[in-house]
Amino acid sequence: MTSFLPPSERIWWKVPVGKQELVWIGIALVWCLFMFFMMPYWHLYGKQNLSNEAYQTTPAKFQARVDAMVEQFKVGEEAGMPVVRPPAGSDVYMLGRLWQWYPILELQKDQSYRLHLSSMDWQHGFSLQPVNINLQIVPGYEMVLTVTPDQAGEFAVVCNEFCGIGHHTMLGKISVMEN
Amino acid sequence: MARFRVCPDAGFYFDKSAESLMKVNAVAGVVSLLVAGIMAVGVILTRWQEVHLLPADLFYQALTLHGINALIFWIIFFEIAILYFASSTLLRCRLAAPRWAWFGFLLMVIGAVMNNVAVFQGKSSVMMTSYAPMQAEPHFYLGLILFAVGALIGCFVFLGTLVLAKDDKTYEGSVPLVTFGALTACIIAVFTIASGAIILIPTYLWSIGYINHIDAEMYRLVWWGMGHSSQQINVAAHVSIWYLLAGILFGARPMSEKVSRGAFLLYILFLQLASAHHILVDPGISSEWKVFNTSYAMYLAVLASMIHGLTVPGSMEVAQRAKGLTKGLFEWLRKAPWSNPVFSGFFFSLIIFGFIGGITGVVMGTEQINLIIHNTIYVPAHFHATVAVGTTLAFMALTYLLIPVLFRRELFLPQIAKLQPYVFSAGMTLMILFMLGAGTLGVSRRHWDMDFTGAALSFEYPGTAYVMMAIAGIGGVLAIVGGAMYVIVTVGSLVLGKKLDASAGLLQSFGLSLSPGNYNVEIAEPLLMAPKLTVEEHGSAGFEAPGTFVLAMALLVCFVVYYFINWDYLASVWPLS
Amino acid sequence: MPQDDNPPKPEPVPFFQRMLDNPFLLLFIGVVVPTVFYILWGIMEIATIPVAP
Repeated sequence: MTSFLPPSERIWWKVPVGKQELVWIGIALVWCLFMFFMMPYWHLYGKQNLSNEAYQTTPAKFQARVDAMVEQFKVGEEAGMPVVRPPAGSDVYMLGRLWQWYPILELQKDQSYRLHLSSMDWQHGFSLQPVNINLQIVPGYEMVLTVTPDQAGEFAVVCNEFCGIGHHTMLGKISVMEN
Repeated sequence: MARFRVCPDAGFYFDKSAESLMKVNAVAGVVSLLVAGIMAVGVILTRWQEVHLLPADLFYQALTLHGINALIFWIIFFEIAILYFASSTLLRCRLAAPRWAWFGFLLMVIGAVMNNVAVFQGKSSVMMTSYAPMQAEPHFYLGLILFAVGALIGCFVFLGTLVLAKDDKTYEGSVPLVTFGALTACIIAVFTIASGAIILIPTYLWSIGYINHIDAEMYRLVWWGMGHSSQQINVAAHVSIWYLLAGILFGARPMSEKVSRGAFLLYILFLQLASAHHILVDPGISSEWKVFNTSYAMYLAVLASMIHGLTVPGSMEVAQRAKGLTKGLFEWLRKAPWSNPVFSGFFFSLIIFGFIGGITGVVMGTEQINLIIHNTIYVPAHFHATVAVGTTLAFMALTYLLIPVLFRRELFLPQIAKLQPYVFSAGMTLMILFMLGAGTLGVSRRHWDMDFTGAALSFEYPGTAYVMMAIAGIGGVLAIVGGAMYVIVTVGSLVLGKKLDASAGLLQSFGLSLSPGNYNVEIAEPLLMAPKLTVEEHGSAGFEAPGTFVLAMALLVCFVVYYFINWDYLASVWPLS
Repeated sequence: MPQDDNPPKPEPVPFFQRMLDNPFLLLFIGVVVPTVFYILWGIMEIATIPVAP
């Protein structure tokens, strides 16, 4: 009756709260705080965190970096795209554009790389499969993260941000070699 | 001049102009839902890879229409009707500034039509999010802006009515809890629309060439202030509807006004911060910002939802126990009116919103866990649990109540109405669970072709992903059948349903008022405070609603287990720093 | 139904109840909190991203 009528007490604030609700609020609050502190905890002790290192850039500037890397470390071609094998520990670049991830990277297992990502045109979604790491790639911004591939094999980069009619053809590749 | 009609069944006082405005807003909402539902056929049957119905261009067009009509137009039209109901009807007050309210409605209709036309024309298949620098036609943005301005006027008419009711002393004490919940929705709506204005007006100017650059990251940030908060309006609105329906169906009274209103206050303060859920894997925004905002300031809005999750069914249990249904933990629930679609719709909305929508939402909104979920089909699975079941089904349940009370018609095909919440919930749940699974396997959202036909390179999803998308497809089709049942019952009732009042004709179904004789009350009786509680305790050991407490603990256990499963999954992916 | 025959001094309404009964105060805080924490702080974050060397 009373959810759509004015409260039965003029001073409803002072009506004591039932035990059941208090117990539940207590339990729920503890769980909420636990979940909150889990995030900083993972920053300190977990292995999967974004550095949030990023730069404002321009498509031309980023393209120049990618081209420099391709020129220096190109080892072959596949499907009309250069395959690049940069040295372990170095800065590696990948760009998203309508509709490809460029270039193909060859990395070594258990080595760390500083991966730089940006878009040349619209927004794209970097979705590394089947590992399932997903990042938002935004034009005008260069995202930098340190990745350490811990599995060998061939991995696809699916675009998972809608980018027009050819969106489903936008596939890239990262190969990880055993040492 | 007399202006109120007293509903002979429910005892509500309907102000003449508020009544008409509620009707037209609700009808416009149902029309939007119909468009969204038709588009859903194309979307789900294309994502079911073995069927793969539409070509890419039509798929993205249908998906854009589905998203905007379901997530913006349907819910906001319906919510404006709820705002007028919660202010004018519940407070027995005339609606403030009805001309403005009509003007707002007109703007919303023009805006919605304009936006839909833009997408139908084919050059604005930009998804609901229309992420710059992808550009739609100017009237796509203009339509949204007009719609938002209209909705803002609706919010201020609601606030004006609250002021009017207070000044005219139409009620005693504080406003009812349902009205307070509607106020929460209205406040979130104001923030939502303000964010929308900040981003859509420059984007419109950019689309006509007046501004030459929209920063893509700024766009994302501010757009989600609108895009996510608009869905938080829903949460506040459908929680209010839960309280309303529990009150109407069972005579339930809030277990504690202080606790329930305090929980709504936490919504007002923190719920909108969750817009950050979309920005967690974006470049360059600090983890401090992400952690604070994504957790709604230490999960205080989640706490609020967990409180409502206890107090809504708890109030119902207390009321049922007072009627003598005290056997065991769950007699109160077993003997609920399961064949009344108002109840079944309300209860499924509550359960699926909590168990699936709520838990997945918090898990995916955890800063680091978002890395394994962002933009996968897990995301639409989550928000179908919250919006398509939580909000939409609650609104559907309310519709079955409003058809006799507001429209003065009997339900058309009541047997269909009885089944509708079951079909819709079953279909949605099936679709949601398997889309969650496919998302965990990395299947992406907003994607036409899992086979990547025509790509220079190749990638194959595991076979299970295809199976899951097929089952999701079956569930989706079932959900669409359930949606169609709702539209048939609703439209059928408005057009063909037996009239409960001689003057409830076709035009009256679509906004005209009933014959003048119905409006025979000039000044409503003031709304008195609810009668004081006289019933004694029926639970055990100070727990008035032990069955609900068990349900709540079950929710918590699912929540904790699922939360850690996802951390474990995250820990297995490549180290990043 | 309050049955007070002569209520000389009704109990004052507590602060929190008065706050919850004031829609415009709630509107104000409900808009300011997300605007400050989400929008303004977020815009500052984006605006301070350094330019690539």
